[in-house]
Amino acid sequence: MNFTAYNTIVVKEIYRFLRIWPQTLLPPAISTALYFLIFGKLIGDRIGTISGASYMDYIVPGVILMSVINQSYSNVVSSFYSTKFQHNIEELLVAPVSNVVILAGYITGGILRGLLVGFVVAFIAMLFSEVVVQNVSIALLIALMTATMFSLAGFINAQLAESFDAISLIPNFVLTPLSYLGGVFYSVSMLPSVWQIISMGNPILYMVNAFRFGFIGVTDVDIQLAFMMTGGFIVVMTIFSLFLLHKGTGLKQ
Amino acid sequence: MNALSISQLRKVYSNGFEALKGIDLDVEEGDFFALLGPNGAGKSTAIGIISSLVNETSGSVTIFGHDLQKHRNQAKSCLGLVPQEVNFNQFDTVKNILLNQAGYYGMSRKLASARTEHCLKQMDLWDKRDTISRRLSGGMKRRVMIARAMVHAPKLLILDEPTAGVDIEIRRSMWAMMQDVNQQGTTIILTTHYLEEAESLCRNIAIIDQGRIVENSSMSQLLARLQVEHFVLDLAEALITPPDLEGYQIELVSPKVMSVAVPKTKGLNQLFNYLTQHNIQVLSLKNKTNRLEQLFMDLVQAKTSRVE
Repeated sequence: MNFTAYNTIVVKEIYRFLRIWPQTLLPPAISTALYFLIFGKLIGDRIGTISGASYMDYIVPGVILMSVINQSYSNVVSSFYSTKFQHNIEELLVAPVSNVVILAGYITGGILRGLLVGFVVAFIAMLFSEVVVQNVSIALLIALMTATMFSLAGFINAQLAESFDAISLIPNFVLTPLSYLGGVFYSVSMLPSVWQIISMGNPILYMVNAFRFGFIGVTDVDIQLAFMMTGGFIVVMTIFSLFLLHKGTGLKQ
Repeated sequence: MNALSISQLRKVYSNGFEALKGIDLDVEEGDFFALLGPNGAGKSTAIGIISSLVNETSGSVTIFGHDLQKHRNQAKSCLGLVPQEVNFNQFDTVKNILLNQAGYYGMSRKLASARTEHCLKQMDLWDKRDTISRRLSGGMKRRVMIARAMVHAPKLLILDEPTAGVDIEIRRSMWAMMQDVNQQGTTIILTTHYLEEAESLCRNIAIIDQGRIVENSSMSQLLARLQVEHFVLDLAEALITPPDLEGYQIELVSPKVMSVAVPKTKGLNQLFNYLTQHNIQVLSLKNKTNRLEQLFMDLVQAKTSRVE
């Protein structure tokens, strides 16, 4: 494996998202601060507790993970699609860089941005909440797996996309609804039974709940199932990404 | 050893267009080789396959003995590509573009830095190393692409129309640079629409048309086939009718400009003797078309008319 090429891609990706920090790091910090202020403080105080946790403490993990999802996804989809659009991808295709290294490099970039923003949002959350993380390992592991999964989703979207419109369709019409309906701001047990069943088909619900379990020890779903489901998605999406790279879909004629 | 061997290379695009119809081509190590052809002939497809940017339908490509399918990484390590269009990150600095490319080829940071400095100095771009690349002129961008292709010291360098759209001064400096790189041992394959460029730089040539190689020989052998050369003569005084000299086809382009088709068997002495005897003073003489251009048109047109 060409580790130098892997390092080069990762360093390039880190440099890219740090260079444009007003676009990558600042907006999630501002929007999540507003979530905590409006939903957590102003409205949350009137809601009371959910599963024994204050509403502010209840939404903190979901808001952090929602940022991880959005940032890891958007980092890879925008970076890889721009690389494809500007034909910079040819620099990698011409060089002795394997598909595994290309994929690993971009996914690592997405994971790092997702986790970095996650830490920024967690820091902001600490200004509004005094929540103490109960199981750091579970919280970190599910955050890492979630960032990996959505980085892969961004990579697949970027490969298949043929226009800038196509890379905004998934975030707008799939990712955002699934995130908001994934139990970030509520417990799935509060929904009517039909919607509870429908919600169980939303993978983000499992990740949010697993992360919340790591944070405050509260969950609506089986934690093992959440890890297995996320792991399963990662495996399937990795294989599909490598298949697309091997075929040269969207990259080669 | 051949720097490049192509065998029965075929490419059919998804729309059914057959861009390459089973071409065979060998390029010797150290050669300066011209790959010419009209637009849409299949040159870019062939280069795309050699550089792993296009998937072949069938056939094989071997670069310095490494089969591109079986030993892809070894084959790729031998190759440097300068594409037609600017394809580097225009928001990155010149230096970073080269450092990243060196990284993709597995070079350590120390070696990459040294090679970057060497290549940028060779391309006269060292003082632009920290410039954001989109701020460079067109000619400089082309030189950045050459420097980038050279950073891992490839044994085979493919230049796909490297001088397209650059002014004559830069073009000539790029010619000198390409000759220098070739003299240092790098095999070069050049595609260009400037046939005088191919004629003056390349030792061997292949002409591709409609997906087939229609000519593959040394430049000198090809030029030797030229039976008639066309010259344009500027005259001191106007003529009313063109001179009538047996064996030569003479036309007046304007009263003071004469076009002459000179058969190789006749030469120029007889023509000038005749003009001198008839008090026709010639001020200057030049080739009407580049010699290679004339042959190129003959070969491509002959092929087209055969197909029709």
